[in-house]
Amino acid sequence: MFGIGVLKGLGVTLKEFVTTYIDDIRRIPSRYAGGRPEIDQSRPAEQRGLFTIQYPEERRKLPERFRYIPMLVYDAETGENRCTACGICAKVCPPQCIWIVRAKDEKGKPLTKPAEFYIDTTICMNCGLCAEFCPFDAIKMNHDFEIAAYQRMPDLLFDLSKLRVPTTYYARIRPTEWAEEEAARKAREAEKTAREAEKGVARPATGTNTGGTP
Amino acid sequence: MDSTASLNTLALHDAIPGAVVEVTPAGLVVAPEKLLELATYLRDQQGYDYLSMLTSVDYPDYFEVVYYLYGVSQPRDALVLKVRLPDKANPQLPSVVSVWPGADFQEREVYDMMGIRFVGHPNLRRILLWEGFQGHPLRKDFKEPYYEEDAKPFKSRHPDGHHVWAEDRVPWKDNVSYPIGWDPDLWTQPEVQYRRIMGVDDDGNGRGLRTERVLVNFGPQHPSTHGVFRMVLAVEGENVVGLEPEIGYLHRCHEKIGERNTYLMNIPFTDRLDYISSMSNNLGYVLAVEKLMGLQVPERAEYIRVIMAELTRIVSHLIAVGFLFNDLGAYFTPSLYGLRERELILDLFEMASGSRMMCNYMRFGGVAYDLPEGWVERARDLVWNRLPRVMEDFEKLLAGNEIFLARTRGVGVLTAQEAIAYSMAGPMLRASGVPYDIRRAQPYSIYDRFDFDVCTRPEGDVWARFRVRMDEIYQSIRILKQALDGLPEGPILPPGKKQHQVRVPAGEVYSRIEGPKGELGFYIVSDGKPNPYRYHVRAPTFINLTSLEKMCIGHKVADSVVILGAVDIVLGEVDR
Repeated sequence: MFGIGVLKGLGVTLKEFVTTYIDDIRRIPSRYAGGRPEIDQSRPAEQRGLFTIQYPEERRKLPERFRYIPMLVYDAETGENRCTACGICAKVCPPQCIWIVRAKDEKGKPLTKPAEFYIDTTICMNCGLCAEFCPFDAIKMNHDFEIAAYQRMPDLLFDLSKLRVPTTYYARIRPTEWAEEEAARKAREAEKTAREAEKGVARPATGTNTGGTP
Repeated sequence: MDSTASLNTLALHDAIPGAVVEVTPAGLVVAPEKLLELATYLRDQQGYDYLSMLTSVDYPDYFEVVYYLYGVSQPRDALVLKVRLPDKANPQLPSVVSVWPGADFQEREVYDMMGIRFVGHPNLRRILLWEGFQGHPLRKDFKEPYYEEDAKPFKSRHPDGHHVWAEDRVPWKDNVSYPIGWDPDLWTQPEVQYRRIMGVDDDGNGRGLRTERVLVNFGPQHPSTHGVFRMVLAVEGENVVGLEPEIGYLHRCHEKIGERNTYLMNIPFTDRLDYISSMSNNLGYVLAVEKLMGLQVPERAEYIRVIMAELTRIVSHLIAVGFLFNDLGAYFTPSLYGLRERELILDLFEMASGSRMMCNYMRFGGVAYDLPEGWVERARDLVWNRLPRVMEDFEKLLAGNEIFLARTRGVGVLTAQEAIAYSMAGPMLRASGVPYDIRRAQPYSIYDRFDFDVCTRPEGDVWARFRVRMDEIYQSIRILKQALDGLPEGPILPPGKKQHQVRVPAGEVYSRIEGPKGELGFYIVSDGKPNPYRYHVRAPTFINLTSLEKMCIGHKVADSVVILGAVDIVLGEVDR
């Protein structure tokens, strides 16, 4: 019969319509009044109805690898930047948005730390290559995507003060990556002390130095 | 390099004496004056009926126009023709549009980007850039505004990288050079007359018009054009009698950027081509570079790549099907259903790569990161439980809809011969009854291990294109099940330290994959430096648009919207 196909299709939309309300009832008190601050969609096959999110009242739980603008990690205890101004991030950056001025001592000899560090977020393409290739685990991708500003220039040019985050913050947003790096660092240090002990160099193991091991 | 050995070059010498000037490992160098004769012979006698890619390279001593030919009716390996044009001041050669109509847009692109004239082309004018643009950007001596250096990384960034806004490097000062005697204030943009589709001669006289032809501009700001696409329709009453796509509104000279970039930097840029299927674009690009480098990819990485590519295909087809209905006036219901399922797949991409759309996940020799904990379980859940159920809903919602059937059956028909001649690719080609799928015809990655069908339909109309896309989703689910079951443990990158400076030996390569929208090819010429000498993308939707006029003529204006929707264009890729 002509029209059966249309009716069948409307049946699907009706089903969706009803399940949306069932889903809403299940979420009482309310999905709209700030009831669920962070939403984790971890069981996709069972989720029915809508799964739109009422941003900014509700927020999606970001996966650990989520990347937005890069950040520079500094040691929470000492305040030292992990960055050594080696410039690899500036070299791999596809839109060339990283600008680094290497620090110099009084005699003009270059030091292994940045004097200035800029990321032009107006052209950053969030690719994450800088974080991927940083040999010192100093540059990482931030989760904070709310960087809207009134003026493009200079508000969206991030300098050291805007880019620096403590290791504690990094450990909180990327726990797995942090744990892996810490384990690798500990293993390297243990290996180092073992080697030194073998050589007979009596030197106490330095466990607190997190200033960036290559 | 794809071999030319399958064709007896001696026979070629006998058939058309003097056509082949030189036989190189990378292809046959052809004399320009014999090109048409040779092309006709190859198509008619040797079965090279499919012009896959046409592009050009600017070498110091000559321009080289490159043709990649395949056989589709009878499978043929690649045959590469090259025409060298030493006269760099006035490069010209015969157009092959009369032999392979699919060369139409590609020749216009070469003309636009490199200034090579194709004699005998029916409509040789700029395609991606606007009329009146000065210069040809892909020539090596062309410098774009804000030009800094020939290749990245720029020296100004480190170790003395005091930031400068791009805008402060005044574009009108030292970056732009005007031709002598040219005044920007007196310049007016030349008007495009569309005489071809209006059926008038240079004086504006029509040839026996019964009704008045009207020129209708459709787009660039129009919800049914899937972006900033404009088509100029010549209509008589409601009937389309001529059509010309106007593209390039999203043009950013991807290929010039690619030549400035290092090989690694190009990966995130390929995300932005067909921004709906970034994983596929990544895969196509890294396969091309790996072919040049001769890299071996670990088993696990191969499986992950296939899984990602097939998930991408599902995403792309869901959007294509959903938005086809949007174009038909079903408004947003089907497309939002499609987008919703896409969200779940994007969640998987985000978990693995960190980004939902701009994944930047593939690397030379493998993938960037291993799959995180819980990823495989979630993917299995999706593939085994959710997607089949969703497809069931989609079938009920869409496939039997009488309005849909009435609007799409017999609309925009392209026969198999036409589809091949116009270099159609992907679902467009298969919907015309040509069982050609690169995953089967020339398997790349590990596609030869999986069991799947090549979906075709004989009708060649919009409905067939819809059906082929739906069927391909089932096949993708099938491949995904096999790949997820077979996913081995192991490394995801070749042994050794991860390199940001890859060494690519000198040479040239054309590598193609079956992207969701068709044959996605990357043509790379390397001279051993850290950045490619020439980087060309064979964009499937760009070339699929060539036949749009053919499909639309004789239909109503409203049908042209549906036909365009079934081509499934993504302007990021069309305009590059």
